Amino acid sequence: MTRFILNRAFYSLITLWLLVTIVFGFVRFTGDPTTMLEEVGDKAYVAQLREQWGLDRPYYVQYGKYMWGLLQGDFGNSFQKSLAVRDIYFERLPNSLKLGFAAFIISIVLGVPLGILSAMKVQTWWDNFGKVFAILGLSVPNFFIGLMLIVFFGVYLGWLPILGKGNSFWDWQHLIMPAFALGWYFSGNMVRITRSSMLEVMGSDYIKLVRLKGVPEWVVMAKHALKNAMIPIMTLAGLNLVIMVNVAIAIEVVFNWPGVGQLLFDGMSNRDFPMVQGVVLMGGMMIVVLNFAIDILYAYVDPRIRLSR
Amino acid sequence: MAMRTTHDPAGVDVSRAVQASYRFAREAPLIPLFILLAMGLAALFAPALAPYGKLESVPVTDEQCQAKYGRSFRSCYIDDDPPFFMQGSILRTPLGTDYLGRDNLSRLMYGARISLLVALTGTVAAGAIGTLLGILAGYMGNVWDQVIMRITDAWLTLPTLVFAILLASIRGPGLWNVVLILAVVFWSRYARLVRGEVLTLRERDFVRLAEVNGVSKFHIIFRHLLPNVMNTVMVFFTLIVGVAIIIEANLSFLGVGVPPPEPAWGLMISQEREALMEGKWWLAAWPGLCIMLLVLSANMLGDWLRVRLDPQLRNR
Repeated sequence: MTRFILNRAFYSLITLWLLVTIVFGFVRFTGDPTTMLEEVGDKAYVAQLREQWGLDRPYYVQYGKYMWGLLQGDFGNSFQKSLAVRDIYFERLPNSLKLGFAAFIISIVLGVPLGILSAMKVQTWWDNFGKVFAILGLSVPNFFIGLMLIVFFGVYLGWLPILGKGNSFWDWQHLIMPAFALGWYFSGNMVRITRSSMLEVMGSDYIKLVRLKGVPEWVVMAKHALKNAMIPIMTLAGLNLVIMVNVAIAIEVVFNWPGVGQLLFDGMSNRDFPMVQGVVLMGGMMIVVLNFAIDILYAYVDPRIRLSR
Repeated sequence: MAMRTTHDPAGVDVSRAVQASYRFAREAPLIPLFILLAMGLAALFAPALAPYGKLESVPVTDEQCQAKYGRSFRSCYIDDDPPFFMQGSILRTPLGTDYLGRDNLSRLMYGARISLLVALTGTVAAGAIGTLLGILAGYMGNVWDQVIMRITDAWLTLPTLVFAILLASIRGPGLWNVVLILAVVFWSRYARLVRGEVLTLRERDFVRLAEVNGVSKFHIIFRHLLPNVMNTVMVFFTLIVGVAIIIEANLSFLGVGVPPPEPAWGLMISQEREALMEGKWWLAAWPGLCIMLLVLSANMLGDWLRVRLDPQLRNR
């Protein structure tokens, strides 16, 4: 087990290093971060920034500096606000986590029961409904759903506030629309994975045996099938959670939700390169760490995985 | 003689082929195919079919100008005109006009060009790169496999939209920049899929025998492996196109995709956000519905193809 963990950790580190290098490469080989600023900022400030970022130095020096900074958890300072990108990011992260978590719950509540129903009643009306629901979820851009929700519940009915995150932590009225718009897409995903993993489990020998023993159908489902089907479902749900925290950009813009997605959007609009780079790298790192955690958990649950390497 | 004609293998084949084509027609997702065809034609022949140009305001007569503003102007246009079936529509255009008095239907048709062009070229380019690298990784093995798959893994850690925005903020807005972004973002998914496929193909007899016969690696890759992974690649392609359209819409909506005044659907939605808040739903609803219909059709077609081409899934 220790060997497996070390092995996985090694691969994760390589992935992380490659990720960081790819981002660096993309930025430096397509011009330097300040060229975007030159069109809007004044010359003296740009020159000062170039000096500060060492952009006049050779690539390997820049790379070394960049890596050294990252190792110390330093993403540089924002061009726009002259504050450390890291500090701004962690100030916004809780908002994104809150939105992501709410969307995560919505995607599970909508997706998992429908997936189970589809799997229990294959090729019936329920199954078709589940399929249409899943495909529909995956086919509508989430910002469009957000806008339509705003028009209907915010403007037409006037039931819900349309902008911002509200003042208190438990302000669900501000949260519900963006969370739904975000969670809707991922619920389609959840229907599919739930259906297919339930079908796979239900085709297995131990379910057939339990049925032969005359156990009532709902016990078979709840106690035996669902429990075993939960592993892939929860894996995808966990991955979705981290992705939702990071990709809510258009949603956060539409609802003026102060999360990291809006930070990315602002950074992009203001040509604030360190900000964009910081948010992107943090997103990638979160996912690498999560993948590592999932690998370890899988190996812990299922000995076949750790012995095969 | 009579016996031989009844057992004529050619006859059996024909009837089987006919049966198969009947089944094809019965099971094919006709509505999505129809929508895709209609949108494709509208995009292809937009200059001939669209009632107005994509950038010109709908011409207004003096009476119409009077009706809207109570007086006449030299250059008059009617903005945010509702579609013909709604009260207060002055121009009676099928889907109304936008904030500059341009015809929504015409702009949607030209917008279909952009969506289809960007999504198709982007995903085809991504498919070409990804398929080639996937075959190389799977077939050559060892160092090739390690290097390509490590890079692919690193590539896949960034969420698609975040990666696209990183590239967009470097490249700036532009139609071909979006194509480039889609190619750069999506190749890794093909590579991962194709590599898996090639790993099993590599062990099959026809590849082994070709190797024993001294066929060159180049020949094996292009004549033996590539045709065999094409099925999988095609299915995956139809599923990725939908995602690509949504990413393009997101980029255009956020202002880093296709720049104005081009009528990209995502951009049209973002331009009408203000009007939407005033309750003028029809302005942003049309492009949104178009995106939905297009992606929905592509996804349904992809799903159907996946089941058709993978016998294990047929009865699920």
